[in-house]
Amino acid sequence: MGVLAFVVTADPLDLSSIITLVERRLEDGPSSAGAITSFLGTVRNNSRGRLVERLEYEAYEPLAVKAFRRIATESAERWPETHLAIHHRVGCLAVGEVSVAIAAASPHRANAFAACRYAIERIKQIAPIWKREYFDGGDVWVEGATADPEDDEARQTAFRLACV
Amino acid sequence: MRVTIRLFARLRDIAGASDFERDVPAGSTASTVWISLAREFPDFNAYTDAVSTAVNEEYAKMDSTLSEGDEVAFLPPVSGG
Repeated sequence: MGVLAFVVTADPLDLSSIITLVERRLEDGPSSAGAITSFLGTVRNNSRGRLVERLEYEAYEPLAVKAFRRIATESAERWPETHLAIHHRVGCLAVGEVSVAIAAASPHRANAFAACRYAIERIKQIAPIWKREYFDGGDVWVEGATADPEDDEARQTAFRLACV
Repeated sequence: MRVTIRLFARLRDIAGASDFERDVPAGSTASTVWISLAREFPDFNAYTDAVSTAVNEEYAKMDSTLSEGDEVAFLPPVSGG
């Protein structure tokens, strides 16, 4: 059955399905995987000195899926033969739950690590997704980066972080 | 002309609605629609330098000219991951 590479979903995320997906995508080319890396973002129990009870994620889904696809295209330009899959959760999440799952498959480990890190940094810059923190006594929308996919400086920052 | 406006996260909370239609003058841009929304919802003004826009589910510039039936979304700073 078809697991899609770029998904926004209210269902719990399944890392193994996207690992299999990127591995197979790579095998459609000349080289099989020499490395598969993955990243799971999870709900931390504290933020800015406050105990977090739960998070609520909201997305502009069609644009978020396009942003993930764009991130994968940028990554493939920089690290050829490196395939990405990105799944992001929406809705209410308890502490410890997985909010984002990323898998990268590449013939070489350096590129697999870099693509995975690049993906999470770019998600934080340009994916139209928002989280609301619920803590004892209130809630607040977290506001990070102004999303601008054309901002080359932001993109270079993500590349730098990916290659440290 | 008629356009659909979509709001997310805190902007949606401020306006009390996630999507609604508005009649706007022909030649309106995302920016002019934003300015009229900020008159209606003064708390939007704090976002004028930080908001992003998307037209018909694609990121766009604030000076993009809108057409009849367009969907224009206003996005506060993002916090996914």
